Order: sequence, then C-alpha cells, then structure tokens
Amino acid sequence: MELLGIWIGAILTLGIFSFLYKDNPVYKVTEAIFIGVSAGYYAIVYFFDSIYKKFWLGAVVAAEKDLMLYGGAVLGLLFLSRLYSKTSWIARWPLAFIVGATAGLYMMTYFVTNGMNQVASTISDVAQKSDLAGSSWAEVLGTYVILVGVVTGLIYFFFSKEHKGAFGAAAKVGIWFLMVTFGASFGYTVMSRMSLLIGRMDFLLGDWLRIIN
Amino acid sequence: MFSVLKMKKYLGVFYLIALVVIYSTIAAQVPVDATAVVHPPAPVTGLTASDTDSDHGHSITVNWKPSTDDGGGANSVIGYRIMRSNSPEGPFDTVGIVPLGSKTFENSSSIEAGTTGFIPDDTNFYFRVDALTADPAVFSSSEGTGPVHSYGQWFNKGLYPVLWAVIIFTVLTVMFVSAAKKGKELYVRPLAGIEAVDDAIGRATEMGRPILYVFGLGTASDIATIASFTILSRVAKRVAEYQTSLIVPCYDPIVMAVAQDVVKTAYMDAGRPNDYKEDAVHFITNAQFAYVGAVNGIMLRELPATNIYMGKFFAESLMLAETGVVSGSIQIAGTDEIAQIPFFVVACDYTLIGEELFAASAYLGREPLLLGSLKAQDYAKAAVLVLALFGILAVNFAGDLGMAWLANFKELFKVID
Repeated sequence: MELLGIWIGAILTLGIFSFLYKDNPVYKVTEAIFIGVSAGYYAIVYFFDSIYKKFWLGAVVAAEKDLMLYGGAVLGLLFLSRLYSKTSWIARWPLAFIVGATAGLYMMTYFVTNGMNQVASTISDVAQKSDLAGSSWAEVLGTYVILVGVVTGLIYFFFSKEHKGAFGAAAKVGIWFLMVTFGASFGYTVMSRMSLLIGRMDFLLGDWLRIIN
Repeated sequence: MFSVLKMKKYLGVFYLIALVVIYSTIAAQVPVDATAVVHPPAPVTGLTASDTDSDHGHSITVNWKPSTDDGGGANSVIGYRIMRSNSPEGPFDTVGIVPLGSKTFENSSSIEAGTTGFIPDDTNFYFRVDALTADPAVFSSSEGTGPVHSYGQWFNKGLYPVLWAVIIFTVLTVMFVSAAKKGKELYVRPLAGIEAVDDAIGRATEMGRPILYVFGLGTASDIATIASFTILSRVAKRVAEYQTSLIVPCYDPIVMAVAQDVVKTAYMDAGRPNDYKEDAVHFITNAQFAYVGAVNGIMLRELPATNIYMGKFFAESLMLAETGVVSGSIQIAGTDEIAQIPFFVVACDYTLIGEELFAASAYLGREPLLLGSLKAQDYAKAAVLVLALFGILAVNFAGDLGMAWLANFKELFKVID
C-alpha cells in the first residue's frame, strides 16, 4: 500500500513538473486531481471540525451547552440565503459581522505592532551614547543607518503630500532602503524554496527510484 | 488558536514539571552537609495575596518580604514554597517554588474548568509561604493570608497607552472624514500601479483577452482583502464599460461571495447589469498549491492580457507572477505581506508596496470615509516619526540637560498585553 502511495505521489509530482515544459494534458489531469481531492478533503474537514465537532457536540449533545455557538450557526444559516436571488441580500449581514468584528479586533493589534512597538523599538535600536562608547565605527554607523532608514522609509509612505523637493528626496532614499531590504529578503526566501525543491527531488530519487539513500 | 487552547489544557502539567525541575535544580546546586545542623530560617513577613490585576481572572498574586536569612543573617534560605488552601486551617498544597531573593509569585491557571491546577473565580483561597533550607525537613512557615479570590477585569490597564492612541486617531479620522464630506479636497499622491490599471484594461480590450483578478489566500476579514474589494470594484466597472471580460478565481468561499456582490454592483453602476456573468467570480479550492495550479492553468489557457494580484499572498506569489510573465500578461500586484513583495517587484510591471495597497483603495474610491482615514493615518505616521525622534533625543540628552525624568520616555510606549 505504501509502495502504491509512493508511485502515485511520484507520477503526480512529475505531472505537475511537466508544466515547466508547457501546458499539456498530463498537467491538466494532475491539476484536476489536485483541485478535486483538495476541495473534497477540505469540505469534509470543515464539516467535521465546524458543524459536527464544534457545533453538534458542543451545542447540541454536550451537557453544558455552549450557547454562543448558536449565534455562529444562525449566521452560517443566513449565509445560505444566497442560494435564492430574492433573499440573497440577507447574506450581507453575516458578512458585515465577520468583516466588522475582525476589523475591530485587529485594530488593537495594529496599533500595538505598527505604532507603539515601532516607536519603542526605534528608540531602542538607535543606541544610546553610553552604549556607543567602545563600539566599533561600523556599529556606530549601523545605528545611524537604521535611523535614516526608519525616517526616510516612513516618509515614503506619506500619501497626502506630494513627493517633491527635500520631502521627495527623502522618500527616494526611503525606497532605496526598501529595495535593499527586499533584495535581501528575496535571496533568503529563494534559498528556502530551493530546500522545497530538494525535498521533492529527495522523494523522487530516494523514496521512489531509490537512486540515493 | 487551536494550539493555544491545547497548550492551556496542559498548563497545569507544565507547571508541575517546572516545579519539580526548579526544586531539583535548587536542591542540586546547594551542597548538603550531612553533619551540619540547619536551623529554621526567619519566616517571610508582610505576606499579602490579591487578585492579579488586568487579566481574565483565574490568577492570584502573592507578595512577601523575604526572610532575613535570605542573602543575610544565617544565609540559610535557598528558596520559597508557596502553599494554598481552601480554608485557613489547611491542609495547604504546594502551588509553586521560587528561588531565593524572590518577593512575588503569580498563581494562575487555564480558564478552562477541569484542567490541572484550575483556579475557579470567586472562590476563597488562603496562602502561606515557607522559607526553605537545604534540608527539606527544615523550613519556616509564614502567617497565613486570606481569604482572597480571583476575578476577571473589564479593562487591561497595560493597554491604556493604546486606548489613548486609538482615541486620538479616531478624533483625527472623524475630523478629516467630516472635512471630506463637506467637500474639502484631500490630496492623495498618484500611485503608478493604480494609474496603470486603466491602461491595462484598455490593452485587454484591444487584444480581446480577459483580465485576471487574484485575491490571493486572504479571508474576507483581512485588511488587504478588504482593500482589494475596492480595487476590484473599480476594475470591474471599467471592464463593464469597455465590455471586456473578467476572471476572478477565489481561494476562500466567503471572499468569492463578497467578490460576486462587488462585481455585480460594479456592472450595475456601469449600466450593464445584463453583461454580468455569475461564474466570472468562482471558487477553486482551499488548498494553497492546488489553487496555484488552477490559476496557472487559467493563465496559460485563457491568456489574460492583464493579471492583477491584490490581497494577501504567501508562497504562491512568485509561482503566479512567473507564470504571468510566461503568458505575456501585464501584471500589477499589491500586498501587505512584506516577505512576498520582493517576488512581485521582480516579476510584475507595477507593485503596490504594503500600505500603498490601502492607499490605492482610497485613491480609486475617492470616498470621504477612505480619504479621511488615509489622511488620519498620515498624521499618525507623522506622530510616530516625531515621537521616535523625540524619544531618541530624550534618552541621549535628557540627563545632560537636567531632565532625567525624560530618560524613560520610551516606557510610555511599552504595552503590557
């Protein structure tokens, strides 16, 4: 059974890789299998996790029923009103609830991570005079580069002022900082993607063909 | 969320193991002289126990003044054992052991009843603290304290700085929204990526090819996806006006439902409700790479003239953008996922970086609500900049200028969650 699984996995992997040549019938079949299996799998997972385990066992069967779950169930049922054109407007209510509630919840997180923590970190990152005593020139330079990067990067993201003159020059420096950061991030992520490819190759050449151990 | 709940379930076990490890470490570090006679140390004094502030309940904080034999006197104290009971007479159970020098202990538990070490709210407890010596049989117990019970608070005082920031931001937003509603022109600088959308739609019309709009893997509650809905609205309206076609493959069923409404409304606004096709916006699957496979297939088979990626993207960003390059499409992308922006920058013709995506929705929509909040955000950014620069000056020069109290300026921004 395990061997069969390896063969199916290997054939489907090659089917997906065939896309590198061009779109072809093998890729189309593999793609359809992938989509169909995953959609079916998640439908079952959501049904059992949300409707059966969470709602049925938690709000219907359980001795101490979690009544909050009925609220979720009602919102879920309202969503089904989309199936009929005349009642489809009702489905906007659960959508409004989801979007509004999560926007409210995220607001605190955004203020903490994007506002308060940024100020505290910037103050900390730019070393104090006492910390700089005995530091190498590169370390001292580094602290001021961070400061320039933060200030000019933030200036780039001002939208209600035209990027002209000194403000525009600062914004230009900011975008350079961003691009250097993106370049570093790009290289780092490409390396991690290579490890994914190595993993697949390991599966094909090791588990399937047994050419490598 | 699941993993957090799962962790809380085992919090009691974790505490128990931690207790054993701490106790055995303390015991192992102190050499026991079998011949030496250890006298009971002076007990701790000033013992108090109270509900832990600014929490959801199920936690009691115990404070005391260390024994005089802790670091001084007979110097025989190696740690403290915190004992808890339901009655003043006992029996007392160990709820924690802390090393010498400690003055406080937080006895907390999971909020889920039935978990190990669970502390029910509104239930009276009594505490005492034992000063321990190297000899487990020799210790001194403090006077008991209690009754004390835990309860949850409505407000977390550690978040008060955030509350003030939210109030100030809300006032600014309301001010600017009101100004915009009264007709005041609020300037938003042009964004090249958004300026290019109209040209890209025109190109698609000329070539007789569709436009592909991808939301990525975000849910309807992600801010990037919400911003993307506004951009889709504009794109769909232009598509309806130019009578070209639109393909919106969705990863999330709720995003699909909202997107269908958005596109339908845009077609109606353009005066072409009959041109709207329900299956233009369709669901693919919830699996990341299966979704990518399907969208890549669409790109190579339908050959869209323009691919627009706006929303939340993860590892699929480069796979989508690379295939778009192969199919010869003009590509415009925007996401707030910092790690994915580099891929869009290298593979797309235009990229909206981070917050530009949110600004784009205001720029396109020109709605007072969006413009007002964008202006307020700019002021918030200016405030962040000014406060950070002021903070740097304060921590470096406040002492020299005789204003030492300013040296702790950054503490104002520390949030205790």
